[in-house]
Parts: sequence; C-alpha cells; structure tokens
Amino acid sequence: MKPATRYMLSTAGLVGFLLIWEAIAQSGLIETHLLPPPSTLPGTLISEIELGFWQSMVWASLRHYTIGFVLGSLFGVVLGVSVALFPRVEASQAWLARVFRPIPPLAWIPFAIIWFGISETAAAFIISIGIFWINYFTAMAAVQAVDKDLIEVARAFGHRSFFALLRKVIMPGAAPGILSGLRAGLGQGWMTVVAAELFGIAGIGQRMIEASGLLASEVVVLYMFSIALLYGVSDYVFVAIQKRILAWQR
Amino acid sequence: MAAVIHTENLAVAFGEGDKRDVIFQNLNLSIEQGEFVTLIGVSGCGKSTLLRVILDLQEPTEGSVKTDAPKDKSKRSIAMVFQAANLMPWRTIAENIVLGLEGLEVAEDVREERVKSTLKLVGLEEMGERWPYQLSGGQRQRIGIARGLAVEPDILLMDEPFGALDAITRTGLQDELLRIWEETKKSILFVTHDLEEACYLADRVVLLGGKPANIVNEYKIEIPRSERRDGVEFLKVTEEVKAGLSEAIATTMAERDKEKQGSL
Repeated sequence: MKPATRYMLSTAGLVGFLLIWEAIAQSGLIETHLLPPPSTLPGTLISEIELGFWQSMVWASLRHYTIGFVLGSLFGVVLGVSVALFPRVEASQAWLARVFRPIPPLAWIPFAIIWFGISETAAAFIISIGIFWINYFTAMAAVQAVDKDLIEVARAFGHRSFFALLRKVIMPGAAPGILSGLRAGLGQGWMTVVAAELFGIAGIGQRMIEASGLLASEVVVLYMFSIALLYGVSDYVFVAIQKRILAWQR
Repeated sequence: MAAVIHTENLAVAFGEGDKRDVIFQNLNLSIEQGEFVTLIGVSGCGKSTLLRVILDLQEPTEGSVKTDAPKDKSKRSIAMVFQAANLMPWRTIAENIVLGLEGLEVAEDVREERVKSTLKLVGLEEMGERWPYQLSGGQRQRIGIARGLAVEPDILLMDEPFGALDAITRTGLQDELLRIWEETKKSILFVTHDLEEACYLADRVVLLGGKPANIVNEYKIEIPRSERRDGVEFLKVTEEVKAGLSEAIATTMAERDKEKQGSL
C-alpha cells in the first residue's frame, strides 16, 4: 500500500467514526447525556478552559504522570539491568518478583493513601508501579540478549573492566530493548493516571468523576480525548528521540 | 629471526574430575617475525581455543605464552580478526576501527590518521561514516581486518575470518590479505578449516591432531604465491597436506574413542 493511500484511509476511518457517532447522537434514539454528540466537544473545551479547569487539571495530571514515569522508569531500568548482570541479584529477586509482579497498580491505592495521604506523591507512586514492572522486565531481557560475541571482541581489544564493558557493549547493545520498554511505560502510565486520581487528588481523573456525577457526559468525553491527545504527543516525541538514538538500526 | 610468539608446554583442559577434557597438551608453537602461519586440524582440537589463550581471553591450564611487549603505548602487541566480523552495530565504521585504540595513548590526530590509513589499506576509504548494516559481508570482514591493524600489532590472529563468505569474495579477500601482509610485514597466525586456503596463504602450515591434540606435522611452503593458484608444484604440496590431514583425522578419532572407553 502506498503511504498516501494508507494516510487517507486512516483519516477516513477516524472521520467516519465521528460522523456515525454524531448521526446516532443527533437521531434522538439515545439521550444526549448517555451519548453526547462529538460536535459539542469544541464548545465544552472552550468553556472548560474559560472556567480554568482544563489547563489546571491537565497540568496536575501531567505532573503526576511525569514524576511517576521518571521514578518507575529509573528504578525499573536500574534494577532490571542489575538483575541481568549479577547472577546473585537475579537469584534473590526470582521469587520476590513472582510475588509482587501480579499485583495490579490500583491494588496499591490503599497503601498509597496510608503512606502518602491524599497527595500528589500518592498518585505518582501508583502510576510508577505499572511503569516500574514493564521496565524491570524489558531491561532485564534486553541486557540478557546482548550479543556475547561483541563482549568477546571488546575484551580482545583491551576493554576488560566491568565498567568498560558496560559502557562500550552492554548498555549500547541493550539500548533498543530498554527504549522500547520506556515507550511501553509511556502508554501504561496514562492508563493509570485517571484511576490514581479517582480518590480525590486533583487531575483529569477527578474532574471526570465530578462531571459524571453531574451527568455532564460531554465533559467526560472531552477529558477522554485530552488523554488520547497527551499520549499521542508524548509518544510522538518519544519515537522521534528514539529514532535519533537508534540511527544505527536498519 | 626472532620469534614473536612462543607457546611453552601449553595445555588447556575443561571440566573437573571424571569430566576433565584435555583439549591440547605440551603445545610448543613459535611464529617468526613477519611469518604467515596457517593452522589446520581436526575439528575440536582447540584451534580457536589456542588463539584465545594467546590473546589472554582464556587462561591456560599449564604452560605460558611469550610475546613481546608492544613497542609503545599507542600499540597493542596482538590483535584478532574474528570469524563473523562482529562489528558493533551502534558504532560507525570509523568508530569500530578505533575500538582497540580507546584506552591506548593515542592523540586524536593519530587516531584519525590510523582510521584513514587502515581504511585505505583494505580499500574502503569512503566508508568511514557508514553504519555496519550498510556494508556487505565481505566489506564488514575487511573492516574487521582494519580494526585489527589499527592498533599496529606485531601479530595478527585470524580465526577462520573468511569462513562465512562466498567463494568469490573469499578468493578476493585472500589476495587482499596477502597484499596487506606484504605491505605491513605483520606476523599472522591464521586458523582455517579450508585446506586450499591454508596452503595458498601460508609460509608454513601447522597441522593439529590427536587427543589431547598437539602439532602432528608442519609443512613449509616455499613456492612463490603467484604460482600457487594453479601450479603443478603447488598441487603436489596440497595433496601432501591433504594426506597428512586425513591421517591425522583417523588417528585423532581412534584416540578419542580410546579415551572414551577408558573413561567408561
């Protein structure tokens, strides 16, 4: 398929979806608070901005998200890499990881509140958990998959110390895997943002719950699309950076 | 002439107790300054292991390897060319070539000069800024050679460097290697499983065999290289080496069987 054709079909799919949705919502078959027509969204956005909600909620969520992403990614990558490098660390985490891995991030909400109160820290903590596990396992696998022959080459050319090998072979070799883990975490983070804000921490999630209580479903839809937009932008920026770092790949 | 490598009663064994497997023992091999030695032998007799021991990637169980220290701190005494070129895919060609220079005392301009001259030597002057994936298998292997030469070693170890290439590329690279060898006067220890290749390239073919393995025969080849591809004299020599190899294979297999029965 030509790129132009593909682009046109993708656009047509999205526009078609919006048109059908609009038609059903306008037909009167379904009450508008059950299914608000998309044409109400621009007006809703303007009023939310005028009331000052949109920018402050998006900004708050972005803060929780960023802190959770940075912490979860950092700990996930550092620990995942260490586990792959040191057999003793690997052995000591084997059962621990099996116990904690299946616990969903949202199950930590009670402890997040007990430990951090209804605070931004609590939201960031919950967001970081899902991101942590993704990065932990992808970083581990990425390091384990580094070509042993290249380590041998580096050693043959005089790079014998642990740190030299880490810097010259292991980290660059694991970079593609680690970056794809970071990217998966980028998406996972947005999925937990809303839930992490449901219990009263200011942000997109809180505003959505508030609006649904008032049956202002067009506001709920507006914030759903806002999340989609934020994810789209962050993923786009990330992929652009990733491409630069991995220019050496085919 | 002085030997640039000398192995003294070298032995390598893997495993412990009943599972102890002695690969080779009492191995004494010397390579003279500027000499081109090829190493052939029954598979499993430790040709690659020997190169790894010489390069200090593997500890010998017994004995030692004597090599001269590098002439100055901008050089390494030994460099290796691997079977698969094994270039670092995240480094450009030029960055791959300087891998061995990192950690040596080499000024930036000398480094660039070495990249330029070794690229020229292998005939790939224009490729410095490319990524490895943009090169063909033969070109990558030439970069592997350039990477070895960049540290200006006295000895170049080559572990079946052309084994993975097609016949035409291989023949081309053999001639190119000979040209480089004549230009740079390096001593080369070249492992191969290709008997023709071994005879075509070498001043001396060393045949390993037996269990534990050792040198079972050596063949000095004094025919000029220009008469080697199809000369009658050369055919005679390769026939002689082939006969030697067949015999070595037979005795090695017999000795391995005996060892197996002995350990049962």
